[in-house]
Amino acid sequence: MENFTPYTSLAGGILIGISASILMLLNGRIAGISGIVSGIFNGSSLHEKLWRLAFVVGLIGGAFVYANYYPVNIEPREHMTTALLVVGGLIVGFGTAMGGGCTSGHGVCGMSRFSLRSITATMTFLISGIATVYLVKTFLGA
Amino acid sequence: MKTILSALLAGTVFGVGLTLSGMVDPNKVVNFLDITGNWDPSLMFVLGGAVITTTIAYRFIFAQDKPLFDEDFHLPTVLKIDSKLLSGSIMFGIGWGLIGYCPGPAVASIGFRPEEPLIVVASMLVGMLLFRTIARLRA
Repeated sequence: MENFTPYTSLAGGILIGISASILMLLNGRIAGISGIVSGIFNGSSLHEKLWRLAFVVGLIGGAFVYANYYPVNIEPREHMTTALLVVGGLIVGFGTAMGGGCTSGHGVCGMSRFSLRSITATMTFLISGIATVYLVKTFLGA
Repeated sequence: MKTILSALLAGTVFGVGLTLSGMVDPNKVVNFLDITGNWDPSLMFVLGGAVITTTIAYRFIFAQDKPLFDEDFHLPTVLKIDSKLLSGSIMFGIGWGLIGYCPGPAVASIGFRPEEPLIVVASMLVGMLLFRTIARLRA
């Protein structure tokens, strides 16, 4: 547990909660990233596309500005090939579209509304993620 | 215009929160999911902090008739727990565990180290499109 960061993680989590609250209080929207991103390319109205695009611009911009002041160090991963990133990305996209949400939409916003559907989804992807990491480590040694 | 600026503000706070929290580091995500190995429980604090804050705020927000800049709250209308929800969530968990990226951190990371995240986000968009196409063909 040498990389345990309870304080910054808690503070970051609270900011994510504040963001979800701003979006609901002002616009009445769920801060679910998979839904927001997919809605940009969906057949929705121009305004629907624009607010989603603005959110994504902020998401990238916020990370950019923060990392400018406090550089983020990420250890490169030897086994992470482009092919694996593509396969993983495809599965994440397909799965979140099929399951109607990801860590933010189901995990944060849905659980905060006590939605049984979102609580089920969150438990399911947590267990499936844990099982995947276990299998990858056990059989591929990565 | 107001809704676009408020979305920009919410997105910015979300991006700062994700980066500060450490969730933008796929190694940290994999270590969080690695409960039998070198477990890093930090992401429980991210999820916990976010859920507690949002739960408290939602109580006050949903006591209002409507949001400040819109006529209605846009909440999901699908309530059933079906095989689509379960299969989709299982798939998402597999992808998450394989590469250490869920959609939020993948998009946010484009802001400071675009190489991996751009590949992930592009593939993610194709995956979403693929699901929608299949769903439309079957409908």
